[in-house]
Amino acid sequence: MTEGSSTAAAAPTPTRSSSILRRGASLIWEAMRLHPGQFALAIGGSTLYALMAVGGSMALGRVTDEVVTPAFEDGVENWTIAGGVALILGVALARSVGAMFRRYFGMGGSLRMQKTWFMRIVDTYLSVPLDFFGRNQTGTLLAHADADIERAVTALQPVPMSLGVIVLLVAAVGSLAAVDPLLMLIGLALFPTLGWLNRIYARGIEQPAAETQERLGRVSAVAHESFDGALVVKTLGLEQREQARLERDAEALRSARLDVGWMRATFEPALETLPQLGTIVLLAVGSWRVSTGALDIGGLVQAMALFGILVFPTRVLGYMLEELPRAVVSVDRLERVLANPPRPMPADGAGQQLPDGPLGAHLEGVWFGYDPAEPVLSGLDAVIEPGEVVALVGATGSGKSTLCTLLADLHDPAAGTVRVGGVDLTEADPASVRRSVALAFQESFLFVASIRDNLTFGEDVSDKEIAWALDVSRADVFVSHLPGGLNHVVGERGVTLSGGQRQRLALARALLRRPGLLLLDDATSAVDPVIEQQILANLRRGLSTTTLIVAHRLSTIALADRVLFLQGGRIAASGPHTELVATVPAYAALAQAYEEEDAA
Amino acid sequence: MARDFRHDDEFEMRHDAAAELLREYAPPGVYDEEPLPPEPSPDDDEAHMGDLAEAGALKVLRRGLAVTPELKEGLALTVVLAVVTAAGKLALPILIQQVLDRGVRGPDGFRPTFVYGASAATAVAVVLLYLLGRATYLRLVRATEASLLSLRLKAFGHIHRLSVAEHSDQRRGALVARVTSDVETLAQFTEWGAVAWIVDLTIIAGAFGVMGVYDWRLALQTMLLFAPIAIVLPWLQRRQLDAQDEVRTVVGETFSEVSEAITGASIVRAYGLERSRRGRLADVIQRQYKVRMRAAAYSAATLPVADIFGSIGVAGAVATGVYFGPGWGMDFGEVVAFLFLIGLLLNPLGEISEIVDRTQIGIAGWRKILGILATPIDVPEPTEGVELPGGPLSIEASNLHFAYRDGIPVLRDVDLYIEPGTRVAVVGETGSGKTTFAKLLTRLADPTIGSLRVGGVCLQDLSPAGRRRAIRMVPQDGFLFDASVGDNVRLGRMDATDDEIRDAFKVLGLGWWLDDLPLGLTTPVGERGANLSVGERQLVALARAQLGDPGLLVLDEATSAVDPETERALTEALARLAEGRTMVSIAHRLSTAEAADLVLVFENGRVVERGSHDELVELGGAYAKLYESWLGSTRAA
Repeated sequence: MTEGSSTAAAAPTPTRSSSILRRGASLIWEAMRLHPGQFALAIGGSTLYALMAVGGSMALGRVTDEVVTPAFEDGVENWTIAGGVALILGVALARSVGAMFRRYFGMGGSLRMQKTWFMRIVDTYLSVPLDFFGRNQTGTLLAHADADIERAVTALQPVPMSLGVIVLLVAAVGSLAAVDPLLMLIGLALFPTLGWLNRIYARGIEQPAAETQERLGRVSAVAHESFDGALVVKTLGLEQREQARLERDAEALRSARLDVGWMRATFEPALETLPQLGTIVLLAVGSWRVSTGALDIGGLVQAMALFGILVFPTRVLGYMLEELPRAVVSVDRLERVLANPPRPMPADGAGQQLPDGPLGAHLEGVWFGYDPAEPVLSGLDAVIEPGEVVALVGATGSGKSTLCTLLADLHDPAAGTVRVGGVDLTEADPASVRRSVALAFQESFLFVASIRDNLTFGEDVSDKEIAWALDVSRADVFVSHLPGGLNHVVGERGVTLSGGQRQRLALARALLRRPGLLLLDDATSAVDPVIEQQILANLRRGLSTTTLIVAHRLSTIALADRVLFLQGGRIAASGPHTELVATVPAYAALAQAYEEEDAA
Repeated sequence: MARDFRHDDEFEMRHDAAAELLREYAPPGVYDEEPLPPEPSPDDDEAHMGDLAEAGALKVLRRGLAVTPELKEGLALTVVLAVVTAAGKLALPILIQQVLDRGVRGPDGFRPTFVYGASAATAVAVVLLYLLGRATYLRLVRATEASLLSLRLKAFGHIHRLSVAEHSDQRRGALVARVTSDVETLAQFTEWGAVAWIVDLTIIAGAFGVMGVYDWRLALQTMLLFAPIAIVLPWLQRRQLDAQDEVRTVVGETFSEVSEAITGASIVRAYGLERSRRGRLADVIQRQYKVRMRAAAYSAATLPVADIFGSIGVAGAVATGVYFGPGWGMDFGEVVAFLFLIGLLLNPLGEISEIVDRTQIGIAGWRKILGILATPIDVPEPTEGVELPGGPLSIEASNLHFAYRDGIPVLRDVDLYIEPGTRVAVVGETGSGKTTFAKLLTRLADPTIGSLRVGGVCLQDLSPAGRRRAIRMVPQDGFLFDASVGDNVRLGRMDATDDEIRDAFKVLGLGWWLDDLPLGLTTPVGERGANLSVGERQLVALARAQLGDPGLLVLDEATSAVDPETERALTEALARLAEGRTMVSIAHRLSTAEAADLVLVFENGRVVERGSHDELVELGGAYAKLYESWLGSTRAA
């Protein structure tokens, strides 16, 4: 279990324990600390809403006593009616403003926190050493930046409301006590019962809900695999089998959903029925209290109105408590990602500059492995003279690509030094290295951007330079045939570039830098052999650079001045191709295999 | 790149989207490819739906009920549920009115028996209604789930029957959605959305009804005071939906940006792009923030607006009820009851935007599912199929033409006869039509003009089972299911024993490979065969073909680079596989064409040359040129 690796993102079953609540609380506290303005406004709005919600019921009570009751007895002044109307409307207005503030700034706080998390994760992704990406699946990393962050901040949204609910409950009990202590006792019996019912519901539905999600995932996986292999399914006539497979998992999904449905059917209406029963009790008891003169009808009305508004708020509290454990799990995952240290680099401008012109390379005692326990390069020594064209040859998995990435300063050696142009790469200025060393990979990655942007990355490069690079890499013809030419956007729906075309563009991109050291890691593997020859010839002719080519084709090897034979994590032999074939049996065998493969 | 992110728990969809993005950057290994058939886009579903595409909700509802009539039971249950729920809710205000007017303020003063009796009766009624509602809802859920299951299976089955042209990489996520998330949104609609519609409408109708009984004038006034809400709330809701659409778009863009930063991590570092990438990411998240806040503004306004209207209604009821009420013959209790009845309206009104939203999504999902079910099957199977005899089969093409849906011709005037048992190599440049020819041979598509016979029988007359036994295809990509090696090979013939499977490997000269596997036949191959190398996956596919023992084998050769050892094993296995049957290989390797009995050269959709390798080299034509370039590129100077 390596540091920074992420665990699979299956729907976690939240466990309620005080530590989760504590962590949840600290999560909320951190968000409030970082974005105090938003949360303050939201909580303020929520408090206002809570007070005005209780106030609304009080207003109704007073209006009943001082406007409606007199109207049916002795009559009532118009003034009084107007006053009652104003009271109701005023309280409603304040309540609405409170609710809007609560909702809007609650979102504001949670969304700002989303931004905060997002930039933290992005900064990590941009600064960690490359092997981080080898250890973590892209899908998982994307989920961190997207779903995990969303989970982490979703729990923040109901926070203002939840705090308001506490105010609401206190105010409600207080106002009831002022009206009639007996009614307050009924309320005190009702509120906790509601809360307790909520908790049972939330706890009871967790498991079936998680099951549903998991089984839905399984159905989705079966469907995806089945459609992925649609061709095989068709040609082998496996439709029945696939149908049976799906049916099994879809049945399981159905039964999980029925469980959820049972919980919903039982509890959702119960959460509405209970307050209704409470109100009925209130009515009966209250009527008696009115008859004994202990209570005004207005007070009774106020109490009943209060009961009516209490259902929804308590559910929000329950909702937040539900979300909190999930948020904590997501935050845990995010923090694990953030714990990955960035790659140590010399500060901007502090590092050494690489010289101009063709660069030599000097590797001394280099050890490296993606997994430190399994080194790929073990004590490798090699020298490349400036201006040479060197072929790097070795069996699959011998470390050729690894060597290229070390020369390009994408990884630091575990031991030993890598010098380019006489400068130790760990002390070199990163910007200088990038200008002087260019690496074209086998998998040529292109951004969703125009071809020009993919070549120049927005830097100011003359059209002549671009034309030259495209010409050398034999990409000029197909680019001119693309709709929009250089401005054609790669990757959109429409023309998808073939592997060979991508590679040629990646090569042009590398060339534009006019590097002093050019590293070609199988960078022409998908290009038609005839075209590859032309490219390599162009390179030899047109560039004053040192070139290291990882080669699998004898025709490519033949172009080089010298061959470095990589075996056992070291350079086992070095010299012209013909010499090595004659003197090194392992190399001769490999060359033979390449020849046969080419002939195949 | 906009993605449709409509649903709440989206892990699945997002992982799919990530996988689709990754596919765009699949490692190279193929030369420039054949012109792809016009890619069916997810919008093609609308094309097939014809009249359904523009159909409103009602039309979709009608068609949907026709496809799954079991849902009609659900509809009836929903109405019952609605009435029961509404009755339960209305009970309280009515009780309040009764108690206040008759039990407390009546001419006889406080009447305890009446008060307690009415209260108890109402309480019992409320509990009974709860139980009834619960039972009804349970039946509703059961009925709906059963019909949804059958819909899911129907859609799944139909998708598999669709022709291969419908199954593109881009399409896959959309097709999976038909069977998963679209059904989910439909479930939400039928189990909540539709219920909410009917329940809420009943409550509103019931509330106004009771109000009308108490005093029709006051009821009318209340209705008028609430009327503007019918304009304001939908306006707010439309703005909110628009904003949410924008959110979805920006979320998709955010997704792409992050994905690029991850999949292009080495390029970012190699070209020092950290700062510019960070800038772009900061931009996109800021945009997302802005758009989400806009949506939040509209959603924040919804409930408060309903609240204010409610309060206006209450204030109006108080004012009018108090000013005119006594004159109109209203009682005190009735005025008070009005206040509680208006309270009942607030929840339904507040829910409306959410209900409309969920309904739209549900209907949209339903429409897509119905659309896929309406998609015609391009390759209809005969009802009474002919069977083919065993042994190697002949191939005969007469006047064969093929063009895709948009009319671009891919094959023209192909006439040929191939003897049974011939080993054929099909060569040609990209776009020559050779892959299409292979597709026609396995009846993945039917010729536009002309006929294709295998073993003397027209392909369209063959029974599907017989055809699959006699004609097998080994596609390029070596797809394997997430199961063991043995299970994957057994797909070639379901009743094969483990020994027969091992024999298949041995016959192809691959016994050593099988023996080298750590767990032998039970070795798991991983998702899509990920535990094996590309070459090894081909070996398994070949063993599967061997086990199936077809009379005609069509092989679309993989072009990706394979290590020399596996390469040799493959070549050997192919040679053995070709014995005792007719084998047509779409060749990418020189050795395939050299080893074949017959070479067919395709160019621009026509067969321009045929003969053995030696004959064609002598001929000095198209094949000879291809051969030259193959040679020249591989031998060292």
